[in-house]
Amino acid sequence: MGFRRFILKRLLAVVPILFGVSIITFALVYLTPGDPVDLMVGMNPHVSAADRARIRADLGLDAPVYVQYYRWMINGLQGDFGIVYASNREVSEIIVTRLPETVALGIFGWVFALLIAIPTGIYAAVNKDRAGDHVSRFIALFGISIPNFWLGLMLILVFALWLDWWSVLAPREPLYSTSMLWYLILPGVTIGTAASAILMRIMRSSMAEEMNKDYVTAARAKGLPERTVILKHVLRNSLISVTTVAAFLTAGILAGSVVVEVVFNWPGLGRELVNAVVGREVNLILAITLFTGIALVIANLLADIAYAVLDPRIRYD
Amino acid sequence: MSTQRGRIRITGFDPQAVEDRDPLSEWTDYEGTETEGRWVRAARNFRRNRVAMFGLVVVLLMAFVAAFSRPVEVWGVVVQPFSLAPYDPRTILYLQPDYAHVGRYDPPSLAHPMGTDGSGRDLFSRVLVGGRYSVSIGFIVVTITATVGIVYGSISGYYGGIVDEVMMRILDVIFAFPGLVLALVLVAMLGGGYWQLVAAFTIFGWASYGRLIRGEILKVKENEYVMAAKALGARDRSVIFRHIVPNAITPVIVQASLSVGTVVIGVAALGFLGIGFEPGTPEWGTMLDQTLETLVQGPGGRIPWWATIYPGLAIFLFVMAMNLVGDGINDALDAQEDVAMTQGGGG
Repeated sequence: MGFRRFILKRLLAVVPILFGVSIITFALVYLTPGDPVDLMVGMNPHVSAADRARIRADLGLDAPVYVQYYRWMINGLQGDFGIVYASNREVSEIIVTRLPETVALGIFGWVFALLIAIPTGIYAAVNKDRAGDHVSRFIALFGISIPNFWLGLMLILVFALWLDWWSVLAPREPLYSTSMLWYLILPGVTIGTAASAILMRIMRSSMAEEMNKDYVTAARAKGLPERTVILKHVLRNSLISVTTVAAFLTAGILAGSVVVEVVFNWPGLGRELVNAVVGREVNLILAITLFTGIALVIANLLADIAYAVLDPRIRYD
Repeated sequence: MSTQRGRIRITGFDPQAVEDRDPLSEWTDYEGTETEGRWVRAARNFRRNRVAMFGLVVVLLMAFVAAFSRPVEVWGVVVQPFSLAPYDPRTILYLQPDYAHVGRYDPPSLAHPMGTDGSGRDLFSRVLVGGRYSVSIGFIVVTITATVGIVYGSISGYYGGIVDEVMMRILDVIFAFPGLVLALVLVAMLGGGYWQLVAAFTIFGWASYGRLIRGEILKVKENEYVMAAKALGARDRSVIFRHIVPNAITPVIVQASLSVGTVVIGVAALGFLGIGFEPGTPEWGTMLDQTLETLVQGPGGRIPWWATIYPGLAIFLFVMAMNLVGDGINDALDAQEDVAMTQGGGG
């Protein structure tokens, strides 16, 4: 099976999963005990039962579940996810403005995680069972155990309030400006810490395992410098194990974005989701949950493709 | 074998490590010489591991403190009369005649070792009681999800074929969402509160155990003793739960012990976001929710660092201790190195 066919096969496998994702999303929210009409007219005592029924029919809430799902999906495919009841804004407009903020944060988190984890993982594997390895293990334990919201609060406390390197609230400037890069640091570090800790351990164990293989002995016997052996031969093979956890880590970063955006008041989709949950904005909850699911499915797909690039055996399944 | 190398699988845990395990190692190494059960051996290994024992002591101590911090009443009957916490965690002290001098955000002092919070409540008492919520939810959720996951994964792995295919595709869909986002949406639907949070983390939380044990079962079911049991006419149910599951359960136990910390962080995170519990509940995450506002709005003059540091430190300490225990169990059971690390954390 060639590479192209492999990708095609993976792409086709994604379709039923996306379908399932949309069903779970819709089912989750459809279980709501509350009634959106109640929310809309809650403040207004002059709304009669007939008005309620009319609003209900206008919104299509009187139709059976599967019809509602069908409408939601057809509209969604055309980019229409309804409106936010409280502000009358289009959900799709909110998604479009918030999405880049979350993506920027997520990418920063990933880059931070990789920058920390890969060198540390290599170092720990090369110095296996020596002091450096134990220290890195301890750091990883810290990174995994620390709750990200508390880490964020502590960073604010130390770097924004005590040292005064940042102002507590990021100024609102266009996302793609150099000053925003500076303000991405604290939330980015917060979001990337857990991923970095996990990745560090995975790099270490996969490198340590690869280093026992015959090809490493062969490379050394050829007289290659140790540096080349590690960085060229071992590293490439250990990166395969990174791709196997990439989707898992992306899930962690996405979940982290919800919390971290609230801590740092970062105007992304995560903060929007929390606001939607507090305000019970069903359309917005639906859309953001759906996009989270889609993002992870895509991340998974990319990880699979990266795996196939790094390990060509996969393509000949 | 159906799990030959190089076959790609959707990730969610580290399949490489599971794959690299020699499925028969346990069996051949100890055959003949073994006089004690593997659980006895594992317990002995665990006791020898000082770091893990330290973690266990911290976990037990924190659980003990949470249980005995304030009296416990069940349906009006006092079942636990002790009270380690000096003040009631919900009492706003300056409203009490005896404590009128206590202010909001009083710094740590002898009377209030961790200071007071933004409403003038004793932070030390609140931190002691705080473990009751997230910690107990953590253990309850892990027990339920691991059990459900074991049953689901066992059925899927044992029967294979179309049953397996369908059950695993369902898992793929669940894995398309981060656990915390699902829990968040579920809490939005169910409302906050103790059992609502248990439900929010349970409804989809079993999925990772299901996938984990299925992988193990695919290997274990190839063993001769399984065929022997079938040949002797054992029913499927007894083959699965008496012969296969006990031999496939090790990684699940490891993951369960590491997941307690993840759930504790998740519960505290929902508390922090202000949707897990009523405001003012003495729960670690909820306590931090209040301090965020203070930090952001810029407290006048001094910064009440104690209100931010102590509740979070309690979560951190508990989760770290629990992860040490999980690592220790991992080592004691000889499960794969570091598969453990991929399961903890997050949130």
